[in-house]
Amino acid sequence: MVSTATTAGTEPVFHLEEEHAHAEGGSTMLGFWLYLMSDCLIFAMLFAAYGVLGGNYAAGPAPKDLFDLNLVALNTAMLLFSSITYGFAMLTMDKGRVAATQGWLAVTGLFGLAFLSIELYEFAHLIHEGATPQRSAFLSSYFTLVGTHGLHVTFGIVWLVTLMVQVARFGLIEANRRRLMCLSMFWHFLDVIWIGVFTFVYLMGMLR
Amino acid sequence: MSAHGHAEGHGQASGGAAHGSFKGYLIGFVLSLILTAIPFWLVMTGAIDDKQVTAIVIMVFAAVQIVVHMVFFLHMNTASEGGWSMLALIFTLILVVIVLTGSLWVMYHLNANMMPGLHDMREMP
Repeated sequence: MVSTATTAGTEPVFHLEEEHAHAEGGSTMLGFWLYLMSDCLIFAMLFAAYGVLGGNYAAGPAPKDLFDLNLVALNTAMLLFSSITYGFAMLTMDKGRVAATQGWLAVTGLFGLAFLSIELYEFAHLIHEGATPQRSAFLSSYFTLVGTHGLHVTFGIVWLVTLMVQVARFGLIEANRRRLMCLSMFWHFLDVIWIGVFTFVYLMGMLR
Repeated sequence: MSAHGHAEGHGQASGGAAHGSFKGYLIGFVLSLILTAIPFWLVMTGAIDDKQVTAIVIMVFAAVQIVVHMVFFLHMNTASEGGWSMLALIFTLILVVIVLTGSLWVMYHLNANMMPGLHDMREMP
């Protein structure tokens, strides 16, 4: 905004006014949402790569030989449970109950860890069977896509633990609430990506 | 409780609505469970004989579940952040559709047309 101050006989002088005060973190949610959208594009590229390369087995194992849908269903359930428990953490945060929030966050973290453990078990099993990322284009794109999602969950858990320490030290202050809301979006976003993974990679893979 | 709900004059849906409610999370969770269980059941039991039909059905379930997550867990609506998050989402979705359909379309035709033996070079001018 520009204001004019005219003194007698001289040209008008223009002063830039100070921008009005923004509440700290007022735009964090939108900014974080934009980050999530760019992350979504990363996954779109990986899904596209898998879509193109997913049928190139190089005479190696196909999804039908490798995937165990019971395991995938269990994994999906873990992530879904962690989503609802994070939701409960947000609700208790709104009520300002520190201990309950910490409890739900811990439960969320445990479900996340369970998800990761099952995924790593699956990866170890595949690699043990010789279905390594180097085996075929299908396996390269599979490990890249699912591994990137797993990496996101890993960092989500690191972030979750960090925030639990923050909340333990400083309580549910405004900044911590904002951070917890960001992680909430991140966590639910990962669940949305997983819907794509289990549908396109695992379920459609078994149909091929 | 003191620090909550002030200094947020940025078009965020007011009060607890932005964070959802217990009922909202529960509805989203139950819907997600159902929308996850049915595709898994379809594929694991082979309830539909035609694989093409099964694939289309589970894709529809995935799309619906993504919307459910967006609404009940991520609390997307046209009003949040003054509409900017919805705009960003729409833009992203357009890009995702272009990337996915473009890649699959182009690469499928490349594969189909570049197969050795499909075109006999002697017939070329």
